[in-house]
Amino acid sequence: MTRFAATFAKPRTALIAFITAGDGDTAANLDALVAGGADVIELGMPFTDPMADGPAIQAANLRSLAKGTTTADIFAMAAAFRARHAEVPLVLMGYANPMTVRGADWFAAECAKAGVDGIICVDIPSEEDAELGPSLRTAGVDLIRLATPTTDPARLPAALEGAGGFLYYVSVAGITGLQQAAQASIEEAVARLKAATDLPVAVGFGVRTPKQAAQIARVADGVVVGSAFIDIIAEHGDAAAPHVEAFTRSLADAIHGAKEIAA
Amino acid sequence: MTASQTLPNSLRTGPDDRGHFGQFGGRYVAETLMPLILDLEREYRRAQADPAFKAEFDDLLKNYVGRPSPLWLARRLTDHLGGGKIYLKREDLNHTGAHKINNCIGQILLAKRMGKQKIIAETGAGQHGVATATVAALFGLPCTIFMGAVDVARQQPNVFRMKLLGAEVVAVESGAKTLKDAMNEALRHWVANVHDTFYIIGTVAGPHPYPELVRDFQSVIGDEAKAQILEAEGRLPDMLIAPVGGGSNAIGLFHPFLDDAGVEIVGVEAAGEGLDGKHAASLAGGRPGILHGNKTYLLQDEDGQITEAHSISAGLDYPGIGPEHSWLHDIGRVRYEPVTDAEALASFQKLTQLEGIIPALESAHAIAAAERIAPTLGKDKIIIVNCSGRGDKDIFTVAEALGVEL
Ligand SMILES: Cc1ncc(COP(=O)(O)O)c(C=O)c1O
Repeated sequence: MTRFAATFAKPRTALIAFITAGDGDTAANLDALVAGGADVIELGMPFTDPMADGPAIQAANLRSLAKGTTTADIFAMAAAFRARHAEVPLVLMGYANPMTVRGADWFAAECAKAGVDGIICVDIPSEEDAELGPSLRTAGVDLIRLATPTTDPARLPAALEGAGGFLYYVSVAGITGLQQAAQASIEEAVARLKAATDLPVAVGFGVRTPKQAAQIARVADGVVVGSAFIDIIAEHGDAAAPHVEAFTRSLADAIHGAKEIAA
Repeated sequence: MTASQTLPNSLRTGPDDRGHFGQFGGRYVAETLMPLILDLEREYRRAQADPAFKAEFDDLLKNYVGRPSPLWLARRLTDHLGGGKIYLKREDLNHTGAHKINNCIGQILLAKRMGKQKIIAETGAGQHGVATATVAALFGLPCTIFMGAVDVARQQPNVFRMKLLGAEVVAVESGAKTLKDAMNEALRHWVANVHDTFYIIGTVAGPHPYPELVRDFQSVIGDEAKAQILEAEGRLPDMLIAPVGGGSNAIGLFHPFLDDAGVEIVGVEAAGEGLDGKHAASLAGGRPGILHGNKTYLLQDEDGQITEAHSISAGLDYPGIGPEHSWLHDIGRVRYEPVTDAEALASFQKLTQLEGIIPALESAHAIAAAERIAPTLGKDKIIIVNCSGRGDKDIFTVAEALGVEL
């Protein structure tokens, strides 16, 4: 069973936590996420031009790059994480250019070697799958696809072609960290997506509080929280880990119990 | 030879139906934008098939923009250089002072067809911003222009023009605060407002179908130039020269001539302080990569991080280039040459003094290349240089570079 399959087989909604690699003390923050109860880790690969990100994650990208974070550093962080945490699925999330610059085969092989389970590439839609998808699938790394409020039913099968791991529903048409979507629209979308795929469906963008997360967790298989962690790291810098852990726990408690409360 | 013939093995048939020119181009955008881009393509195909669309476009170009723009034989410049005969395609005489308006007219007509109520655009020099604000005023649509904070500072007259035209100008503070960052911010805004907003991209870059449709709207430059040179000289030119930022004025001039094997074609990249210093020459100094929706040559480091471009000319200060140029470069149909800030500054002054034409700094790069090449050609040779815009917007930058206080 893959790490994703094992995680989503549990009878509870998964907390999927995003932080940017190289922003703050990444190893300590990753451990804090796991200790606090995160089920899946998304590690952001910093990019100079994070077009889909709001101010918080943009700033995290720039802080990381200003410290000199390289792709080699990120794979080293990933491999070290895998050595410490054998079970927790690890996803690299980022933009096409850093992922493809040395060739998709190179990137896929490095992911496999470092124990990375999945990739989210913001700017490679299914239409350009050839850029990265075949290499990842050959290497046994899942390509996690995004669906959005603008993904109409006609396009959904194409968007799901070749997808793995879980389906990431971006609940707002927008950038990270700003608006939040109405619960009703999320519920409608998750139901529609679950009818179209057997993949677990995770919901993200704009989720900041345990209360919001718990609401979404009633219907989704996973809830993604990103900018709220980035804000904590921005505030506390290299000493953020205890704060990250405490916030993770508050989210995990809210999310993990949500389905039983609803039932 | 007819104005626009397409041969079976033509170089003018691209992109393919997925928006690729060879390995370049494509649609590398967030899923949120993908449905919109597919919509835009469908609407563009319908517009292409609709004679009323072309009629309205042609009418606006003629009566609003003032086309055709003249093809001016630059006699004094030609005599001074003592070689090939230099013609200037006078895009500087268009309404708003550059070629940018051609594309804006086409795109706002598409926006109208699609029922979009708001217009956004990115701008570097401010020429595209002014052209966009202009068509938005003409069509009565609210308009927001994203412009890097550095460019806002160095292109004040254009910022004020945009505001007079009723546009909101957003000074972008992220990254290097120039054109690339303005485009990032425009894309961010667009993603959040796709339902009612049309993004008028200012050059032949971005996701498919933008590189294609911008090229098509700008090809009026080359179509006119071809007819004009046939009328003036009875034959095709030996060479075309145009400056390349994203590459819209250049592809507009080049495209109708791509299948004319006897026409040598030269694109001019901004070499800034020189190719071993800070520059904006993505073909000479970059490698293929993915940014802003397309695959193309980019200035980047070994990890694929985009490096900052530099040019004295804000309109050329971009670390990428349109994908069709990357392809034309790789297949060798177009030769791309670098021109430095210093060379462009010298040519800016030379053209002003010899012809009474103050060119945009962007256009001055092409003039500089012509100065380099013309003396090596016989007097019977004909060169068409794209004077893509007028230089009024640049007088502050030039004054500063020359150490003159205004
Ligand atoms: C006068 C002029 N020429 C050239 C350019 C460069 O753009 P492109 O390469 O798309 O023609 C600009 C851009 O602002 C411009 O204002």
